[in-house]
Amino acid sequence: MSSFGIFDIAGSALAAQSVRLNTVASNLANAQSVTGDPNTVFKPKEPVFEAIAVSDGQSLPGVRVREVADNTAAPLKRYEPGHPLADPDGYIYAPPVDAVEQMVNMISAARSYQANVEVMTTARDLTLRTIGAMSR
Amino acid sequence: MVSDDASHASQAKTAVAGPLDNLLGIQGTALSLHRARIDQIASNIANADTPGYLARDIDFEQALQRAAGTTDAGVEMARTAPGHLNAQISAGAPATQVYRIPLQPAQDGNTVELSTENAKFAEAAMRYQATLTFIEGRMNTLKTAIKGGE
Repeated sequence: MSSFGIFDIAGSALAAQSVRLNTVASNLANAQSVTGDPNTVFKPKEPVFEAIAVSDGQSLPGVRVREVADNTAAPLKRYEPGHPLADPDGYIYAPPVDAVEQMVNMISAARSYQANVEVMTTARDLTLRTIGAMSR
Repeated sequence: MVSDDASHASQAKTAVAGPLDNLLGIQGTALSLHRARIDQIASNIANADTPGYLARDIDFEQALQRAAGTTDAGVEMARTAPGHLNAQISAGAPATQVYRIPLQPAQDGNTVELSTENAKFAEAAMRYQATLTFIEGRMNTLKTAIKGGE
């Protein structure tokens, strides 16, 4: 077992959490992307995490984003006949983005990211101290 | 004469290997076990948001006893049918893994609690440093011996 495997593990988590932060940003940015067609409306993105070995010879799992799935909830239908994109019946369709849910997701991702940075910092300090102890 | 020489050589070999073989004693084993535990907890923290992931830890005391050979040669599973495999876990098996019991269940089946893992990680890191301090002391002692007290 490599003594640097811990950096691969924590690094994989940083990558996965930043993908999660990116999807939150994308979902919030497109929250008001309305269209007149319910089939072409933006679908909120949800990252799917999976525990997986991240480096050769490492038995402990890191994490990776298996896929960024589309949220399948129905788009929000609003009656706005004056809207330039409204369909013949006067409806527009907005993505089913729940701002509160997205913010909770963002805070959770940020916390997890911080925790993994902390792991990396500690692992670095311990490794450096060990190398120092053996080479003095 | 020839056989005398050979036995002398083998004696010299034993004499050289002796004191340096067990340079760090149990501390060397403890250090690598602490390292394994830190890696395990890091893996838990990395998977804090992975659905269905079960948090694991290493039973340090048991792992150390097994590594030091003060416990039984391993654990053997009872074979109650001829088709059962002989699942003898040898003394050299990797450190003993145990599952963490979560304080509160999560809907996605994940048993990682970030607060618990953070606390355990800090504890494991501290124990690692303590062991490292012992090793440093041992190194200094040896250095003093080599230099003749200078």
